[in-house]
Amino acid sequence: MSSLTVTDEQISASRPKVIQPAWVRVMHWTNAVAMILMILSGWQIYNASPLFGFSFPRDYTLGGWLGGALLWHFAAMWLLMVNGLAYLITGLASGRFRKKLLPITPSGVLHDVRAALTFKLAHDDLTVYNYVQRLLYAGIIVVGVLIVLSGLSIWKPVQLYYLVKLFGDYPTARYVHFFCMAAICAFLVIHVLLALLVPKSLRAMIIGR
Amino acid sequence: MAKRSFLIPGVDKRLLIKDSLKVMPDLTRRRFIAGGASLGALTLLTGCDVVDSSSADALLARVSKFNDAVQDFIFNPDALAPTFPESAITKPFPFNAYYDLDDAPDVSAADWKLEVRGLVDNKKSWTLDELYKLPQFTQITRHICVEGWSAIGSWTGTPLRDFLKLVGADTRAKYVWFQCADKDGYNSPLDMRTALHPQTQMTFKYANEILPRAYGFPMKIRVPTKLGFKNPKYVVSMEVTNDYKGGYWEDQGYNSFSGS
Repeated sequence: MSSLTVTDEQISASRPKVIQPAWVRVMHWTNAVAMILMILSGWQIYNASPLFGFSFPRDYTLGGWLGGALLWHFAAMWLLMVNGLAYLITGLASGRFRKKLLPITPSGVLHDVRAALTFKLAHDDLTVYNYVQRLLYAGIIVVGVLIVLSGLSIWKPVQLYYLVKLFGDYPTARYVHFFCMAAICAFLVIHVLLALLVPKSLRAMIIGR
Repeated sequence: MAKRSFLIPGVDKRLLIKDSLKVMPDLTRRRFIAGGASLGALTLLTGCDVVDSSSADALLARVSKFNDAVQDFIFNPDALAPTFPESAITKPFPFNAYYDLDDAPDVSAADWKLEVRGLVDNKKSWTLDELYKLPQFTQITRHICVEGWSAIGSWTGTPLRDFLKLVGADTRAKYVWFQCADKDGYNSPLDMRTALHPQTQMTFKYANEILPRAYGFPMKIRVPTKLGFKNPKYVVSMEVTNDYKGGYWEDQGYNSFSGS
């Protein structure tokens, strides 16, 4: 019995566990490209008729002019939707979402936020997400679904009128689309910052281990 | 707004298009990541006016054609654009064009005639008085601009499909193509299914008043199922045709279907 255990440990020590399976890595980076294309072209589209008293700097927009930005936006849209849908289906069907992201308890989140703010949050085992990560990752999935639905409803407000109704009306759907973008940008800043603070998590997302 | 073209020093257009092509066709391919990442990095490095190279344009134009087909596929000719009460009307309803109001066409009602061309039985031209005698209906709908803003207006006129029937148009043809009085020769094609949509209207009045110059006197085509630029103003002729003749904004890269 005991010798068996030793052998097991040796095997697992010599072959480090896959933290991020290949499908997660492929979809993650596909999504990263799609998101960046969508955000930068979206900023140019926003600039054509700003919702608020500011525009995005031209240097950080994609497409060159409104027509070009729309072409990029509606091309990258397919990349984002096909990849996003495949990610949702695989994540739900494989049980990964349930295993990795649940449960999310208020006390757990509170504990880990406190630990994170005092730099006491451990990252020894990358296979287990802490409660801050779970909340962020689950939250960004919800935002991702919302930004696609609000985007579809401002793209096709007549054909997809039921989606517009979900958000109230056309102008509201536009604001929802904008605030989802803002949430994704905020997430991106935190996400990239944390990845840089814990480089082995970035390595895992590139080579899997 | 003329189309601007940006060339980025130091960017090899052919390499760029190679990368983009790698990205598009096969999501599962490993190279996808490399291609995508380099495109993404390029986007950041070049300050993101990326790739107005002609080859990337060609790729985007292909996807846009595909999007035309998708929009045509999901277009439901029975789906009606929402209508609103009078209290919802946007005041003032904005004037919008690529020129100032002072430069807008100033059409003389007495001289104006609507020319009807192409695949129609009766190619007679129509005076304004003759058109005003056709049955008219009012609809309060939302105009959605390609820029994203929208405004609700009250439009009165004759359903285009009734007029097409009246002149004996071949409604199996692909397009109704409109020519406008603008000095640049603004024109735009409308796919036949949209032309036959019950809310697509030859508009003669705004808010129960004769259509003002700002909104396209003497006639605009109001299409609540399309973006604003597919609603031609100052119309002087319509042609029923199977040829795709392009349009003022369509030729510059706006998606041709641009349905809502």
